[in-house]
Amino acid sequence: MTAATRIWAFHLAALSLLAAGAAFLPAYHLTNVAKVMVLATYAMGYNIAFGYTGLLSLGHALFFGAGLYGAGMLVQHADLTAGPALLAGLLAGGAMAAIAGLLALRTQGVAFMIVTLMFAQAGYLTILYNTAWTRGDEGIVIARDARVLLGYDLSADLPRYFAAFALFAAGLVLKLWLVRSPAGRVMIALRENEERSRMLGYDPYARKLVALVISGLYAGAAGAAYGLLFGYVGASLASTQYSILPLLWVLLGGAGTVLGPFVGALLMFYLIDYSSAFTTASLLVVGVALVLLVLFAPKGILGTLRERWLRWLP
Amino acid sequence: MAPVTLLEARGLTRHFGGLKAVDGVDFDLAEGEVHALIGPNGAGKTTFVSLLCGRIPVQSGVIRFDGADITRLPAHSRVRRGIAYTFQITQVFANLTVFDNVALAVQRRGGPLDGDTRAALARVGLADRADQRAGTLSYGHQRLLEIAMGLALHPRLLILDEPTQGLANAEIDTFKALVRQIVSDTTVLLIEHNMDVVMDLAHRITVLNFGEVLSSGTPDAIRANPAVQAAYLGG
Repeated sequence: MTAATRIWAFHLAALSLLAAGAAFLPAYHLTNVAKVMVLATYAMGYNIAFGYTGLLSLGHALFFGAGLYGAGMLVQHADLTAGPALLAGLLAGGAMAAIAGLLALRTQGVAFMIVTLMFAQAGYLTILYNTAWTRGDEGIVIARDARVLLGYDLSADLPRYFAAFALFAAGLVLKLWLVRSPAGRVMIALRENEERSRMLGYDPYARKLVALVISGLYAGAAGAAYGLLFGYVGASLASTQYSILPLLWVLLGGAGTVLGPFVGALLMFYLIDYSSAFTTASLLVVGVALVLLVLFAPKGILGTLRERWLRWLP
Repeated sequence: MAPVTLLEARGLTRHFGGLKAVDGVDFDLAEGEVHALIGPNGAGKTTFVSLLCGRIPVQSGVIRFDGADITRLPAHSRVRRGIAYTFQITQVFANLTVFDNVALAVQRRGGPLDGDTRAALARVGLADRADQRAGTLSYGHQRLLEIAMGLALHPRLLILDEPTQGLANAEIDTFKALVRQIVSDTTVLLIEHNMDVVMDLAHRITVLNFGEVLSSGTPDAIRANPAVQAAYLGG
């Protein structure tokens, strides 16, 4: 078995397992895993910027929010159907990443973190204050009859699960292809040593901008899907918290691994879900988990597996 | 036949505060030569080649490469025009495989990825280490990998910044053989402290001192120059 077949077989097997989940997961978990798959798509986009290209952004909620509101407002105010709204959300995320990136990528390191954070904060406040369009604090509840894609009712458990799965699978396959392509190799080179990459003839600014836009497209698609699948478009989903969450999921699952963001998002979701059954301090449990992670597996779950046993894992 | 000028610099200047790192340097590089740049520590050698390859912006002066003015071009565009630079302090991608390090150079140029990468590795004798992580190579092998990355760009001008620093004698011999082989298809500009290497390889030598050209000529002329002897060769 060649390295490439092994890698594809591994990831397609993981996808098959998720698809099969539709058959045996009870309704409650069907909703949860659908949510995790959408959020993991967002995190995969984050990972393209952070894990592969080395861009530590604290402003991805702007791109997620652009997708969320890009789709949600068009459904609300322009009576767009789910399909075009998804596409609009995807493009809104990419466009917002291009605008923010053009300016933010003139900075590096800590300055880049702060500039992206400020961009996202500006976006969040814009959403909050333009109540006529966004309904501010309350958010937009998307009517059930607008949540229909290709004749399937996205508010029903199974169609929603499969819609989330389709989004996640497409994102995963594209990402796997991207990071193994020559363009992906350049992204990794930029993460490892920007100056050396420049002296091999690569324009770091242009390459990082492309990576950030791809990342924004993922975030936008995930945001739009989140609104349409779960029926709610709210400002809290574009707050700073949603810039930090994908970073935590990626760190937990393994930065710079293709499946890591999903593993991280799934684990953190169920950690909060189970711990909140017996304590109100569920975030404390998350905190402890993160401390343990930093102490014993700083490269995240899949990152550690790759280091110890699975050297071939992309 | 008169040699064709590949690169020329006129009045090249770069000051850092009060320090005149490079101060009005005129410099010509003929196509196909091995040109060594020597001078005491702090003479401005690395700053000078950094100006040539674009890592440091020029304050005043002009650089022409292959007839075109490249003074204001960013570094990555100069690489595309055929100027490759290998770092003084080894800067390979430590977490990538040896293969990927060289492949990054090959794919930028657009050559056949697998074939050209393995050819460049074979040229420096690292073919059997292609799958090893670059950071686990010995220091000498990392220096060779740097050179392989430069070669894989198929540059018209290869700038080597102290390539033999920290190499064992046997490795230096390998390096010398390599440069002699390279020079059939590329021009080499070499910063070097090891005078045996310089006298052995260079067709021409330029001596820098306090950011200025002290002298320039053939190895024999440089060796006989009293000013050079006083400043550098230790009289």
